[in-house]
Amino acid sequence: MEIPSATQATDAPVVRLDGLTRHFGERTVLRGITLDVTAGQTLAVLGRNGAGKSTLLRILATLLRPHEGAVKLFGEPLPREGWKVRGRVGLLGHEPLLYRDLTGRENLVYHARLHRVVPGRVDELLDTVGMRERAEDPVRSLSRGMVQRLTIARAVLHAPELLLLDEPRSNLDPAAGELVEPLIGRAAGVTRVLTSHDPQAALAEADLVLALAGGRAAYVGPPSGLDSDTLRGLYA
Amino acid sequence: MRTAAAILRKDLVLELRTLETVPSMALLSVVTFVIFHFALNRNSLSGQVAAGVFTVTLLFAALLAVNRLFVAEREQGGFDAFLLAPVDRTAMLVAKASALLIFMMVLEVIAVPAFALLLAPPRIGHSLPALMLILLLADIAFAVIGTFVSAIAINTRARDLIGPMIGLPLLLPALIATARGIGPLLSPHATGSPPAKWLAVLALYDLLNALLAYGLFDFLVED
Repeated sequence: MEIPSATQATDAPVVRLDGLTRHFGERTVLRGITLDVTAGQTLAVLGRNGAGKSTLLRILATLLRPHEGAVKLFGEPLPREGWKVRGRVGLLGHEPLLYRDLTGRENLVYHARLHRVVPGRVDELLDTVGMRERAEDPVRSLSRGMVQRLTIARAVLHAPELLLLDEPRSNLDPAAGELVEPLIGRAAGVTRVLTSHDPQAALAEADLVLALAGGRAAYVGPPSGLDSDTLRGLYA
Repeated sequence: MRTAAAILRKDLVLELRTLETVPSMALLSVVTFVIFHFALNRNSLSGQVAAGVFTVTLLFAALLAVNRLFVAEREQGGFDAFLLAPVDRTAMLVAKASALLIFMMVLEVIAVPAFALLLAPPRIGHSLPALMLILLLADIAFAVIGTFVSAIAINTRARDLIGPMIGLPLLLPALIATARGIGPLLSPHATGSPPAKWLAVLALYDLLNALLAYGLFDFLVED
C-alpha cells in the first residue's frame, strides 16, 4: 500500500498510520486512516465537530488504543511500545490537564517532576508565556486565556519532538498568540499535528492535510491539492 | 519512587488546600459514635461489641475517602497528564494508597479519642499500643484495596455505588480480622497484648492485596 506524504521522506516518519480504525461502542470514529508525517512537518487535521480529530490526537498521545490498523510513532508501534515514546510527545488538548486548586507554578512543577525536567525550565516557560506575575495564583482564579497559556507551557515543558495541538490558539488574544508562537508555532521546529476551527489558518501552517469526514479520510495530501469545494464540503 | 512522591505531595497539598476528604471522614466517625452513644444509651461498650462499632465506623468513614480518591484525576485531567508521562504506572497506585493510608491515620488520631470519650471501656489506655498496631495493618489493607477499587469505580458512571459494592466484599476478611483482633483489647480483662493470629491474618492479607494490586493496576488506568 502506498502511503501518501506531502514531501519525499528521507528519514523514518515520526508518525505512521496504516489503516487506523477506532470505535467507540458501535460507532466507528476513525476508519482506515493511512498517512505518514516526517520530522519537522506539520499535519493539519480538518473536519467538522465529531469528525474524529481529537480521537486521532488522543491515539497519537498513547491515551487511546487503535482498534485496527497500525500506528507507529518514531518507528515504535503503539500501543505496545508506547512507553518508549511518551516523553517525546506533547499534547495540548481540549482539557488543560491542570489542577484547579494548585497554582500555575505548582502545576508546572508537578508536571516537571513527572517528566524529570529541571525546575528552572518552569520559570523560563512562565516568562515565555507571560504568566510569571500570576504564577502563584490558583488556576481556578485565572481567565481562560491565562489557563490556555499555562496549558501550552505544560505541553512543551519536556521539549517534545512531536506536538499534538487541538485548537491550540483557542481563548488566546493576538498578543498572547504571539507570545506562544515560539513554543507551538512553526518556529518551534518540531513535528506538529494540529486541528483548528479556522481551516484557512491551519492550511497556512500545514505541509500535509488530513481532511476527515464521517471518520474516513476525505483528503490526504499537500494543502495545495485541497480544492475549495472539498474544503467547503467538509464543514457543510 | 520519585514519581510516587511527586503525586503524593500534590495530593496532600490539594487536601490541605481544599479540606474535602479528611474533615468529612472525621466528622462522620465522631457523629456515628455520638449516635451510638445515645441510641444504645451506654457510656461504654466492651469486647466484641465495642470492636464492631469501632471498626464499622472507621470503615464507613474510609469509604468517603475511597470515593473521592481519584475524583481530581478524573475531573481535572490528572489521569491523562499522568498517562502522558514516561513513568511507571504503579507510581499512581503507590501514591494514592499512601495518601489513603495517611488520611486513615489522621482520621484515627481524631476517631480513637472520640471513641474513648463516648464508648470505650475505662482501661483502653494500656491497650493503645496493640490497638495502634492492628489499626496500622488494617489501614494498609483499606489503603491498597480502596485504591484498587477506586481506580475501577472512577471510570464508571455509578462510582459512588461501585466503590462500596466491590470494596466491601474485598475488605470483609480485613474487617473480620480487625474486629476480632481489637475485641480482646477492649474487653474488661484486656492484657494489652495483640492477638497474634489476627495480626498474622491482617499482615498476610495486606501482602496478598498489595501483590494483586501491583499486578493489575496497569490494566485499570490504560485505555
